[in-house]
Amino acid sequence: MLNRTRLLAVARKEVIQLRRDIRSLIMAFVLPVLLLVLFGYAISWDVQNIETGVLDRDGSARSRELIDAFRSSGYFDIRKQLEDEDEIDRLLDRGGVRIVLVIPTDFSRDVGAGRPARLQAIVDGSDANTATIALGYARAIVQSYSRNVLFQGERVTTPIESQTRVWYNEELLSRNMIVPGLVAVIMMIIAAMLTSLTIAREWERGTMEQLAATPVGRGEVVLGKLLPYVAIGLIDVVVVSVIGVVLFDVPFRGNAALLMILSTAFLIGALGLGIFISAVSRSQLLATQMAMILTFLPAFLLSGFMYAIEVMPTALEAITYLVPARYFLVVTRGIFLKGVGVEVLRVQGLLMIAFAVVGLAAAIRVFKKEIAR
Amino acid sequence: MMSRDTAVVADGLTKRFGDFVAVEDVSFEVSSGEIFGFLGPNGAGKTTTMKMLTGLLLPSAGGGSVAGFDIMTEAEAIKRNIGYMSQLFSLYADLTVDENIAFFARLYGVPVDRRRERRDWVVEMAGLDDQVDRLTGELPLGWKQRLALGCAVLHEPPILFLDEPTSGVDPISRRSFWDLIYELADRGTTVFVTTHYMEEAEYCNRLALMNRGQLIALDTPARLREGMEQPIFEIRVDSAPRAVAALQHAEGVVDAAMFGRELHVTLESDADAEERLRRHLDERGVSFSGLERITPALEDVFVARVRAAGGAPVD
Repeated sequence: MLNRTRLLAVARKEVIQLRRDIRSLIMAFVLPVLLLVLFGYAISWDVQNIETGVLDRDGSARSRELIDAFRSSGYFDIRKQLEDEDEIDRLLDRGGVRIVLVIPTDFSRDVGAGRPARLQAIVDGSDANTATIALGYARAIVQSYSRNVLFQGERVTTPIESQTRVWYNEELLSRNMIVPGLVAVIMMIIAAMLTSLTIAREWERGTMEQLAATPVGRGEVVLGKLLPYVAIGLIDVVVVSVIGVVLFDVPFRGNAALLMILSTAFLIGALGLGIFISAVSRSQLLATQMAMILTFLPAFLLSGFMYAIEVMPTALEAITYLVPARYFLVVTRGIFLKGVGVEVLRVQGLLMIAFAVVGLAAAIRVFKKEIAR
Repeated sequence: MMSRDTAVVADGLTKRFGDFVAVEDVSFEVSSGEIFGFLGPNGAGKTTTMKMLTGLLLPSAGGGSVAGFDIMTEAEAIKRNIGYMSQLFSLYADLTVDENIAFFARLYGVPVDRRRERRDWVVEMAGLDDQVDRLTGELPLGWKQRLALGCAVLHEPPILFLDEPTSGVDPISRRSFWDLIYELADRGTTVFVTTHYMEEAEYCNRLALMNRGQLIALDTPARLREGMEQPIFEIRVDSAPRAVAALQHAEGVVDAAMFGRELHVTLESDADAEERLRRHLDERGVSFSGLERITPALEDVFVARVRAAGGAPVD
């Protein structure tokens, strides 16, 4: 039995305290916007204008044609024409360029004679991701170039022609992935960081004992504390979404109400987890650290936000099933980019509700045990 | 058997934390309207006993009742019928005086139409008329404690539990705090208070002495003093510290302790007291200028009882 007066009294008290705690306010309202802007602008997995060096030993019309093809693609920024091989090392070492194309002396002769010509690309592999993408682009450019050479610009029909078309994120912009993903990650931060403090603070300041000696029940304390944070979380969902759409041109194709409902489910579970951590650790410092490790980092690294789950090692992939942000990420990306509805997000929705029930039950349960210590 | 006038019953209360026995087989009864003091050194088990009675801690063995409710099974009913002030200052420092009062009034279920009246009463009682909009954390400790007391009795509970309510408070604030306690007791509130201040102990109707988790004495302050069989002498010497050193382990001396510039010496018997004391002191070259048999202070009783029961746990 929950008493409404007591539950609301706890919620009201929590709001007053939040309003006076600048640290929490920053975490609640500034951090999400900051993260969004930071990630939205600074982090991009799109590779463009790769600094490129060219060592053209051939020096022929054909080799210049090839270099032009690289330049005009927009992916490669030809920074430097090299004179001899020794320069390659130095240039790559100093980070002046990321990739060096080496066109051998007999390039145009081989091409002219219809023999397979060789072309060397030396890539700085220290950033494996960019290196792979750069090589992919280079390969595609070379392929289309050799097709042109082969057919001398005639229109030809190849036996099988693949025509790819990308759906949902037509331009393959990474920010279209990042912004909806951030909604999920930010929710996890709000939940974990903010609520991890709330109960530990009461233990540290001795107010918990006073609460325990009043008729207020565990459920009333936990739910009363939860309420303001759910509100903050939902405000953040709206703010981050609006900024995402307005500032970053991220499409929003789905149903806003559905996003709010599923966000609420996710929030309750995540907040429950935060309160659980807070109740177990009893110190604000420990609680923050635990929250970082148990919720914040997994949300970042194991939810599919930063790294695709499909390419993770099996053991790690298994762990991702325990990371609720994983499900919420499917929801936000689905609603933003694909405009899908309940029929598709049913499974994620149910899993998040299950998580909410478990999180909340765990919070109330551990809280009960702790008071009787 | 519990009579109608019994507010608190402890019956063989025991609390173990692992191998450590914090409270061992403690039994007593507190009558309605009584100011019942719990006295003992730190770590004696006072707070643990209080927590078991207030439903904050489950006993390992034994039982009891508060306001007629069983502490094992009816903790929630007990919480509606008691006020509790914990050892640590435990109101919200970042809430104003008014906000704290409003919060606890709601938690304690004070009816809406009574809240204003109760709030005014607390503000007046704690002398905080001009401070209602101040953050509680900014108040001097003495005022905080009075406010905490006010918040604990917002719902006019028949029984009030105070765990070292005045620790760290200056003597004047302590005095005015006790005036409030008397006021509440006058209205019929039962007050159960732990303390380690001797002068506070004197204010209680009855005192329970605890040491090492056990109840070692229980009576009115006056009878506790009278009940002390060993004689106590106040002696005047030129050097109290040297005199303590000389007497502490001397034959026939139970205890010697400094009381200001004088010495309180507890002897096993009063036969030839002066002569024996003079001899012990002469041996150590301490000059001795007079002695007087005194009624033991509560502190003497306390020290003697604790010593007889095996000493304080910290020593």
